[in-house]
Amino acid sequence: MVTLIETQTQDYATVTDEVSTLVDLADSPVRDLNQALHGAADGQSWTVENPGGKHSLAVGINAAASVTINGHAGYYAAGMHQKGEVTVNGNAGVGLAENIMSGKVHVKGDASQSAAATGHGGLVVIDGNAGARCGISMKGVDIVVGGNIGHMSAFMAQAGRLVVCGDAGDALGDSIYEARIYVKGTVASLGADCIEKPTKAEHLAELAGLLAAAGRADNPTEFKRYGSARNLYHFSVHNSTSY
Amino acid sequence: MCGIAALQLRNPLLHSQMGSLLSSMMCQIVDRGPDSAGLAVYDTPGLVSGNTSTLSLLGKEQGLPTAGIAAALENLLPASAGTAVKVVGDTTFVSSAVDTELLAKAVSETLPDSTIIGRGEHVAVMKSVGHPMDIAAEHGLEAMSGSQGLSHTRMATESAVTAGGSHPFSVADDLCLVHNGSFSNHATIRRDLLREGVVFDSDNDTEVGARYIASRLKQGDTLEEALTNLGKVFDGFYTLVVTTADSMAVVRDPIACKPAIIAETDDYVAMASEYRALASLPGIETARIFEPEPGKVYTWSL
Repeated sequence: MVTLIETQTQDYATVTDEVSTLVDLADSPVRDLNQALHGAADGQSWTVENPGGKHSLAVGINAAASVTINGHAGYYAAGMHQKGEVTVNGNAGVGLAENIMSGKVHVKGDASQSAAATGHGGLVVIDGNAGARCGISMKGVDIVVGGNIGHMSAFMAQAGRLVVCGDAGDALGDSIYEARIYVKGTVASLGADCIEKPTKAEHLAELAGLLAAAGRADNPTEFKRYGSARNLYHFSVHNSTSY
Repeated sequence: MCGIAALQLRNPLLHSQMGSLLSSMMCQIVDRGPDSAGLAVYDTPGLVSGNTSTLSLLGKEQGLPTAGIAAALENLLPASAGTAVKVVGDTTFVSSAVDTELLAKAVSETLPDSTIIGRGEHVAVMKSVGHPMDIAAEHGLEAMSGSQGLSHTRMATESAVTAGGSHPFSVADDLCLVHNGSFSNHATIRRDLLREGVVFDSDNDTEVGARYIASRLKQGDTLEEALTNLGKVFDGFYTLVVTTADSMAVVRDPIACKPAIIAETDDYVAMASEYRALASLPGIETARIFEPEPGKVYTWSL
């Protein structure tokens, strides 16, 4: 008997901009920015200039605030994101929105490897390409990638949805549990226990919702759905000599 | 970890800024490898000159004063070769208008304990132990001009923190290799190369990579073919940058364990471990920025 981990459509945080606080990282440290953001109140807005690829920008935000980063972010941008919305007008480095819990993170350029790794909830939108291991061990996060994703994406993905409007690299969804993957382009290869599955009306509806949440106009019927064959769930006695 | 920053200047007008640009890139990758560092610069006036072989020797102390080394070498080399010796930072440079092989032989006879860390007509190699920016400053990187530059900040894992274990490894004329990662089967490949007669300077895994590439190039491979062959033979994690007199190559292992990012404009090709090392380059706002694909060899020629 297989127990399904339920994935529900979530309401992503929407933040109203009022007055934006400007932070220029050319002359102030990242730590000051993050500490100020940890003290942010709901509804506040922040604009970060000259990020210069610095690491750990806007991590651990726990208020419904909006943060706009104008430029490229380094490693672990918007990590442990809890509430609110982070927008990167540029590229993001390794580990974008790692362990995101809820809220929204939007990268207008490309993201490096391990984007949204271990994410529990919320929405991560990458308009460009994502590198290897996108959504690795995802646990409920929704990810929409406008371009391609690299190899080993959605490895051991447990819950959540990964939408890829371009192509997927090798070993997609290796050892996947109950996350759902939608790919519009080609898949270089599927990982162990990941198979193509029929796309039913309910899937088209959830895909349409995710594309709309990401602000995309792609046609849901052009995607294929992939998920777990559920053959790795239980120990097989045939493998008893393998250990 | 380990940090890499490399720059190939396509626009000759930028040559005078090579050192300051490379220095600005390097200071952003210090965190990735603060124990030791190395530099390779190409066509830098004052360090190398055309039709002259230059050897870079590890350390400023060679057991003899520079005038003594020059005098001893002059006895072994043609008088017309204009043999010269000078110390820059922690590196001794020996130059002479003879074949590199002949100069290396004369240096080995004169200074049997010396380690040659760079050779060729175009490249000068400097490496040492300590804070990478101190090493760069001691060698005067900021003021150097040149056509290409390569820097590496090391966090040692496979062998000891020594100047000899620092990158780049330069084991054939004008060829340099830097590596972020670790090779797991380097001992096996080292034994194969030893049987072919290859001589090693260190216990370092990256030196095996450099010797392998040099061996492949000697057998007629192009740089691209040599790196493709390396991918078939070497196991482990790697992002590699290889430079020659007029080209630069980047390759990552097939599962892309180690980071790399490239920025390309009409004026230059720059590669670094992280974007922050590229952030201050001129025209970066409009550069084509991408991460190299796993297992794919990228090459650019001047």
